[in-house]
Amino acid sequence: MGYLRRHPRAVPYLLIAPGLAWLAVLFVVPLYYLVTTSLQSGDIYEGFRLTWQWSNYGDMLSQYRPQLVRSALYAAIATVAALLIAYPIVYFIARRGGQWKSLLLVLLVAPFFVTYLIRTIAWQTILADEGLVVGVLRDVHILAPDGRLLATSFAVVAGITYNYFPFMALPLYVALEQLDGRLLEASSDLYANSVRSFLRVTLPISLPGVFAGTLTTFIPAMGDFVNAQLLGTPKQYMIGNVIQSKFLVIVDYPLASAGAVILMVLILVGVAIYARALGAERLTG
Amino acid sequence: MRRARRFAGHHLLTLVALLGFIYILAPIAVIALFSFNDPAGKYNYTWQGFTTQYWQNPFDIPALRDALITSIQIALLASIIATVLGTLISLALVRHAFRGRGTTNLLIFLPMSTPEIVMGASLLALFLNLGVATGFATILLAHVVFCIAFCVVTVKARLVGFDRRLEEAAMDLGANEVRTFLRVTLPLILPGVGAAALLSFALSVDDFVITNFTHGTVVTFPLFIWGAARVGVPVQVNVIGTLIFLVAVGIMAIGVLVSTVRARRDRALAERAAEAH
Repeated sequence: MGYLRRHPRAVPYLLIAPGLAWLAVLFVVPLYYLVTTSLQSGDIYEGFRLTWQWSNYGDMLSQYRPQLVRSALYAAIATVAALLIAYPIVYFIARRGGQWKSLLLVLLVAPFFVTYLIRTIAWQTILADEGLVVGVLRDVHILAPDGRLLATSFAVVAGITYNYFPFMALPLYVALEQLDGRLLEASSDLYANSVRSFLRVTLPISLPGVFAGTLTTFIPAMGDFVNAQLLGTPKQYMIGNVIQSKFLVIVDYPLASAGAVILMVLILVGVAIYARALGAERLTG
Repeated sequence: MRRARRFAGHHLLTLVALLGFIYILAPIAVIALFSFNDPAGKYNYTWQGFTTQYWQNPFDIPALRDALITSIQIALLASIIATVLGTLISLALVRHAFRGRGTTNLLIFLPMSTPEIVMGASLLALFLNLGVATGFATILLAHVVFCIAFCVVTVKARLVGFDRRLEEAAMDLGANEVRTFLRVTLPLILPGVGAAALLSFALSVDDFVITNFTHGTVVTFPLFIWGAARVGVPVQVNVIGTLIFLVAVGIMAIGVLVSTVRARRDRALAERAAEAH
């Protein structure tokens, strides 16, 4: 205690030390080992050694380009879909929820506390060939008599959209909650119709939420492999499926690590471009 | 005309929001419905008949019960460690100006914006290269990593609105730093700390991807389901899923009600005080 009184500057460092040490040893150091592993060669019997095997990256990019492209595409579609689904619900809760606001929010978020895998398996049941949805869609000829939903790209994207929904909804809610109703009244008094009011008042105010929500949805979506595995077929596999099977099934650690590094770099570059395009500094202050 | 359009717009929004809620809750309804199913074979995908037998003994599969116990043990430990570490960091970030703040913020932010598969893969790379055997301990080490960031964010939100004069008053009345922290600071930030612990628990219990890379031969609840998904998920999993949903709704609804009642009481007190003036 006496030491702290004499050295008040040490206080913040003592407070952050244990937590940051944990993150340094178990987040930063592992990333270093991921990169060095990606440059190793060898096999599981002889062992792996660091041989600066840059060709792992070339192999990964040439052999698994379809999976990489598919990951970005599925994640992008799922992010846009989640935005379009979440926006009206969240707008409704924030603007019309009244005294029920908090309870509606609870109802919106609670499903996502149910184990991720159980939720995804529930989608298997919903989209199954014998399920209600496929039956109705076949009856109204939206689907061909032998058309399927499960084991298609649609099922995988739908699963991703659903599973990462709260990452979109919560930042959006925080942004829309702050919208002052008087601004909309003012805009209406100035003869803006509702579409114009939305485009000129609501949307700009909610943009920081849109920015945060799209990022926090896109990033985990891009690395997902559970949905492709449970709702799709190998034709829908994403880069996550390649990384996890190379790591845990085929035990080709260097190639798997190279895949993970590529995924990380792609995401960082993508986020940087996106942030610049939207003017993130202006948005997040 | 304009009024008619506005009327339509108003109800269109309600309708769209309603459809949205149906979409969000549909899988939960399916999980709950199929917890009463009496499947003929191993696969619980089509409706066969009504039974309550799985609700009577949801924990009677030994492997499932062990997996659940392991998950709860890890989640309890991970949430305690992460909440303590995260609370300390958020105290430093909100209360102190110090060199290295930016780096600290970056280290908090990075794990949140790293896909789980990259985090899991890098942890396995670490353990493989250092020859660490994976198991209970490595799962715990990994879970704390992704919980810390969420704890910092949650506790920080509570600390920002904190009235520091309360602590000064305690010190003026002769309390030392430790006493002040325990008797004034901690009770006031406790809702934030509690929320951080609950969130960490939920994140840890639910984690599959990172656990899949760090588990060795230990099986957690999500890993049990992953294994079962290939050969047919037992109905008991639906029962447990439904229970988790009910508990989550219950805890959050109680939280909402408590804060509503408190806010109402505070407002009433403030009004009475204003009248007394």
